[in-house]
Amino acid sequence: MSTSSDTEPALRPTPHLAGGIGLTLRAATLGRPTAPVLSDVDLDIAPGEILTVVGPSGCGKSTLLRTLAGLLSPLAGQIARDGQPLAGPSAERALVFQEDALLPWRTLRANVELPLAVRRVPRSQRRLQAEQWLARVGLADLARQLPHRVSGGQRQRAQLARALAGAPRAVLMDEPFGALDAQTRSGMQDLLVEVLHGTGATVVFVTHDVDEALFLGDRVALLGNGRLTAVRDVPRPRDRTAHDDPARVALRREVLSSLGT
Amino acid sequence: MSRYALRVTALAAALGLWQLLTSLDVDLWLRFSQFPTVTDVARTFADRLAGPDYWTDLTDSLTRIVTGFVLAAVLGVAVGVLVARSPLAEDLLGPLLEVVRPIPAIALVPVAILLFPSNEQGIVFITFTAAFFPVLVSTRHAVRALTPVWEEAVLTMGGGRWRVLGSVVLPGALPGIFGGLSVGIGVSWICVISAEMISGQYGVGYRTWQDYTVVDYPGVFVGMVTIGVLGWLTSTAVELLGRRLTHWLPRTSPVSAARPTPARPLAASPVPRPSGNKEARDEHLV
Repeated sequence: MSTSSDTEPALRPTPHLAGGIGLTLRAATLGRPTAPVLSDVDLDIAPGEILTVVGPSGCGKSTLLRTLAGLLSPLAGQIARDGQPLAGPSAERALVFQEDALLPWRTLRANVELPLAVRRVPRSQRRLQAEQWLARVGLADLARQLPHRVSGGQRQRAQLARALAGAPRAVLMDEPFGALDAQTRSGMQDLLVEVLHGTGATVVFVTHDVDEALFLGDRVALLGNGRLTAVRDVPRPRDRTAHDDPARVALRREVLSSLGT
Repeated sequence: MSRYALRVTALAAALGLWQLLTSLDVDLWLRFSQFPTVTDVARTFADRLAGPDYWTDLTDSLTRIVTGFVLAAVLGVAVGVLVARSPLAEDLLGPLLEVVRPIPAIALVPVAILLFPSNEQGIVFITFTAAFFPVLVSTRHAVRALTPVWEEAVLTMGGGRWRVLGSVVLPGALPGIFGGLSVGIGVSWICVISAEMISGQYGVGYRTWQDYTVVDYPGVFVGMVTIGVLGWLTSTAVELLGRRLTHWLPRTSPVSAARPTPARPLAASPVPRPSGNKEARDEHLV
């Protein structure tokens, strides 16, 4: 993160440097005006934590994420970042999509340069930082390829690099590894943990994969029937050997049964 | 190379057939006896090329079509984007555009004569109108069909509406826009020639009609060949520009029959393949 933290003082209005932001929803109803999908949501997302969100498809996971990004306004209730009301999208909250969110006419490097261009980083700096980010996600050799020339996993790595290049203080991820095969997916999870390390960014990670949610999350939030049904602490997060930990097994069973109903 | 030979042969065969039918004065229901032969046309063509009028006609027609077409491209894209992105613009402009659109541009000759002080501007106006609507409609469709996540991604990078316009809307709609431009240049030729026939002074259409009224049939054919070649050149130019600007589109190789298409790289392969994976050019549109 040293690559980008010293270039944009305007992005850090608060005295405490870098780090994540806290996001809060109070009695919020979320959705599009004609179709509310989640109601009575009370959620505190702590600065710097990784919160995973699981729920059956159509339960409002993406709606929650887009509301946190500022792309949707809550229909009722409040949303706040670090206690201030949240108005509209901003570079401090980056969104990572499931697939095909890279601009297909830009090379991987030019895609990663885009958030830097939006922040008016000088061109030479932009190129350097983009290449450093691509190297961090293992795409140094593919920097000049167009997105459709690389694999799905490589595209998602480039998307991750693009999101983090903007030095966001929260990263909102919408099933980013959902379209990948199991092996690529677990590699991507490890990569995510590695590149997030040291950024201090808050992460909200939406997935339909319970094991992914339990591996990545400090806490896991369960959605169902138009509500936020529970938020649980995950024992031993980001520990591959924890899968037979009795507390983890019990939580996994609880999450699965909540998804089943 | 052999494909070019084939194309030249096909063209030569068509000319040969024409020469044969006309020089033998074939009258089998279709009457070729009044038709000028290829050699007549070629001789007239050579005479015209030597004279000053031919080049004046040519540059006049080209000036008219280029002016009208460029205006149509710029305004068609601008209005298309506006209508696709703004409900207010759609409500204000939509009904008007829908009513004017079905009117053939050449039927606007009376309007052009009333509106513009000179014939020249009237012809450019008609050429413009002809190309404007195909460009407008294809731009509108292309902008509406854009993947929403592209815009959402730029918004969550902190980009504003101009950034979205320049980095997402225009480049993303470009393939569709060029579809409209290709149609537009074709319709523009039809209308510039027709308008010249009706009210021009100089111009390929004017000359062709003049030759017809004085029963100079080889001259008529010289005009037609000229229109054909100019139309072909201008639409090729639009096509090539479009291909250049949308080189990022995934395309199947046109020579795939001759050599096997290189497979897409596997997820595990860390380096680009030397043959199939040509690196994209470094310069960007936006």
